[in-house]
Amino acid sequence: WVCHTPIRLRELIRTIRTARTQAEEREMIQKECAAIRSSFREEDNTYRCRNVAKLLYMHMLGYPAHFGQLECLKLIASQKFTDKRIGYLGAMLLLDERQDVHLLMTNCIKNDLNHSTQYVQGLALCTLGCMGSSEMCRDLAGEVEKLLKTSNSYLRKKAALCAVHVIRKVPELMEMFLPATKNLLSEKNHGVLHTSVVLLTEMCERSPDMLAHFRKLVPQLVRILKNLIMSGYSPEHDVSGISDPFLQVRILRLLRILGKGDDDSSEAMNDILAQVATNTETSKNVGNAILYETVLTIMDIKSESGLRVLAINILGRFLLNNDKNIRYVALTSLLKTVQTDHNAVQRHRSTIVDCLKDLDVSIKRRAMELSFALVNGNNIRGMMKELLYFLDSCDPEFKADCASGVFLAAEKYAPSKRWHIDTIMRVLTTAGSYVRDDSVPNLIQLITNSVEMHAYTVQRLYKALLDDISQQPLVQVASWCIGEYGDLLISGQCEEEEPIQVTEDEVLDVLEGLLVSNLSSPVTRGYSLTAIMKLSTRFSSVNRIKKVVSIYGSSIDVELQQRAVEYNALFKKYDHMRPALLERMPIMEKTASNGPTEIVQTNGEAEPSVVEPKHPPPVGQPASQVKNTVFGLVSRCLSLMAFYLFDLSKTVNFLSIGIPPMTAYNKNGLKIDFTFERANPNPNVAVITIHASNSTEADMTDFVFQAAVPKTFQLQLLSPSSNVVPALNQGTVTQVIRVLNQQKLRMRIKLTYIHKGSAVQDLAEVNNFPPQSWQ
Amino acid sequence: MDGWMDGWMDGWMDGWMGGWVDGLLLTIGITSSFQMQFMLLFSRQGKLRLQKWYVPLSDKEKKKITRELVQTVLARKPKMCSFLEWRDLKIVYKRYASLYFCCAIEDQDNELITLEIIHRYVELLDKYFGSVCELDIIFNFEKAYFILDEFLLGGEAQETSKKNVLKAIEQADLLQENIDYQTRLFAGVMVPSMASESSGLFQS
Repeated sequence: WVCHTPIRLRELIRTIRTARTQAEEREMIQKECAAIRSSFREEDNTYRCRNVAKLLYMHMLGYPAHFGQLECLKLIASQKFTDKRIGYLGAMLLLDERQDVHLLMTNCIKNDLNHSTQYVQGLALCTLGCMGSSEMCRDLAGEVEKLLKTSNSYLRKKAALCAVHVIRKVPELMEMFLPATKNLLSEKNHGVLHTSVVLLTEMCERSPDMLAHFRKLVPQLVRILKNLIMSGYSPEHDVSGISDPFLQVRILRLLRILGKGDDDSSEAMNDILAQVATNTETSKNVGNAILYETVLTIMDIKSESGLRVLAINILGRFLLNNDKNIRYVALTSLLKTVQTDHNAVQRHRSTIVDCLKDLDVSIKRRAMELSFALVNGNNIRGMMKELLYFLDSCDPEFKADCASGVFLAAEKYAPSKRWHIDTIMRVLTTAGSYVRDDSVPNLIQLITNSVEMHAYTVQRLYKALLDDISQQPLVQVASWCIGEYGDLLISGQCEEEEPIQVTEDEVLDVLEGLLVSNLSSPVTRGYSLTAIMKLSTRFSSVNRIKKVVSIYGSSIDVELQQRAVEYNALFKKYDHMRPALLERMPIMEKTASNGPTEIVQTNGEAEPSVVEPKHPPPVGQPASQVKNTVFGLVSRCLSLMAFYLFDLSKTVNFLSIGIPPMTAYNKNGLKIDFTFERANPNPNVAVITIHASNSTEADMTDFVFQAAVPKTFQLQLLSPSSNVVPALNQGTVTQVIRVLNQQKLRMRIKLTYIHKGSAVQDLAEVNNFPPQSWQ
Repeated sequence: MDGWMDGWMDGWMDGWMGGWVDGLLLTIGITSSFQMQFMLLFSRQGKLRLQKWYVPLSDKEKKKITRELVQTVLARKPKMCSFLEWRDLKIVYKRYASLYFCCAIEDQDNELITLEIIHRYVELLDKYFGSVCELDIIFNFEKAYFILDEFLLGGEAQETSKKNVLKAIEQADLLQENIDYQTRLFAGVMVPSMASESSGLFQS
């Protein structure tokens, strides 16, 4: 074994760069790593530094370097400055606080914080301030506090930022830095000033007491800012004619925090804000950066109205700036203020709408959001024109949000029902495949409630179907409407436009076409089958309908099959109930602003009490749940009949497509059942709804359900319906879990709640998942 | 997302990082709203030239973030603005010749001043290396880090004077080269001579 001098860093870099393939590079790296490893083993002090440096280079290329971690620590402990420099760099790159080995640094850092050479102290402060763990911060906070009081500005500024890090990691230590902050702002040194302002900001943000305490600094901060603006050219801090923009921005930010909600402070800073707002040079980015921060401050504090208008106008000018970055921040800020300063922002509406045509995706998105925020009863027609035009031509990533926005705006401000329906039609026909699943029940409800427009709506939707059956939301809404208002369609009752001539057979052809088309999703097929069924009480071609329904009684799609079977039963044994069950839907009451969640109505023989009321779906609820409340209503009634007829086992959610529910937990009166669905459109996702019920005589409050799954799974929990499980089974708490799984599902659950005054916590493993839930 | 972050971050939870709910950034805990979380320098081919992380993340997480972000930024067209939203963060990036400088800042931070921060760093590199190019950063990456660490600390600017940053680096370099100091450099500090490795390690 021939020992040779380890090659220099730059030579290694040069060599590695000559590699022509990944494999060649890997070979070189492995060779060098082996050499480095043996060098480490030999405890070679002379070349340790060189070797670690090389290791850091290889680490940046993506190769493992963990075997160098201890070597970094040795370098840090060395007396040589070169060693320390590389050692600390290596520590920052290779170590992290999750590994215990980082704690070995603590003593070295402590010593180096007290080193006689300020550059060594600097290294220690930098490392601690960059990656110090909570334990390290606890141990070394005292040293940092000491250095915060030094007169050496080089160290003082570093200590201030190090203190910021300590406070972020261990907020309880904030108090100990308070005395040292006493005369920080009296410093002339900009570095110390800047870092002091950062430190004060951090403290004020974290503690209302600190905030109150530091309010008295407002006059001093105002003075410092004023000096920066008024002072002549200072070469050391000048950036394009502006003196220390970094410090100006941080002072403005601290002023924002101090002025927020406080009249006196806000008044004290009013003048300087106006001064900065009017005098700052706007030709370069740096000036605009300061203006931007000023605007943010003005909007957040209790500024007088003149100042606020000034701020909004600055943003308005930003919108016209050639620099797209400036336009971007303007739109972002306007979005934040549009609620509070609505009228002022409205004045810039046309400029904002122009930004819809911008080439930049982020600008377009903000312009879109802002446009929707600016829509009101007065500008709805004009704005909608622009937004629909945008919807036509925008990228797919925008279409869903834009469509939702249009629906919402139309719902709020539609000048007429006809206009409303037309707008909906426009969205469905131009962006129909991007419309969110949960729009479908919303639209259905809207259409149902626009009684006088039924004939017009069904006609337009029918015509749209003739053109294109690929867009599922459109098809679903159309199917529903045809099922409901097919009678109006064939009787040619439309007043709003020329009524079309269409026969029952033609309509049924279209609906049956949806059933067989491979463009139709399973959900769409369900809609069209139900629609066909409903037409049995509106059309005379009952035999044709009976035939269709009986065919689907043996469909391989379990959903469709179940439905068809039930409808068949309706034709046979319960034919006398059929008209009542399938009659026109009445106006639906909305119980939540999200859409029709609780359908309060009776329908023929179905007892309302038997129909399980759904909780309002939280944001992000899988569409299948919401959709089913409307779509499934009729079917649910029928399914309950099937329950009576065929004595099926109790399935709370019959749309579980055959996966039986299970009891996951049953202890101390708390029972948790799981019911299952397959999500649409991803069939690999299992949607589990937990139903927690409480049979004891006292409520279970602060109920929290947590779940964990093995690493190979992905899990998502949506918000629970509530956190109180009422006593005596008077109600259930439901929560939706989504699991992406292709293997045997296992789950751990953790339950916490308060019962009869005491906190209860329990852990359980759930292993009895039915095989269908994960196959 | 009820209860997720309640300390159930054992091995079982790792499986869902990077799944639908990107809990990645939530693992960092509550940071302030004005922190720079990391800075990356990479070439137009996506090769990493410098990575500075101001939040604790595992190597695996860093690699994942780097890979995704590099891809995202490289896909941007020249006419687009320098800011983009990515996960919970705002990304501020700017290309200087063949190098992308990319910073991740938090929700409340000022994107425009971050551009100035990036620019200041480039100026410092330029002054130090004399007309800096990517090769300088490649062959002297450790120096690039040293300069960055004299300019920013914990993601915040520690020194707003270009001159002072460069002076500090110069002095530290000299220290490395075993020059004895008898003079006071800054108020009240005596810098004794330090034994350091004979020069040559970092000379090309």
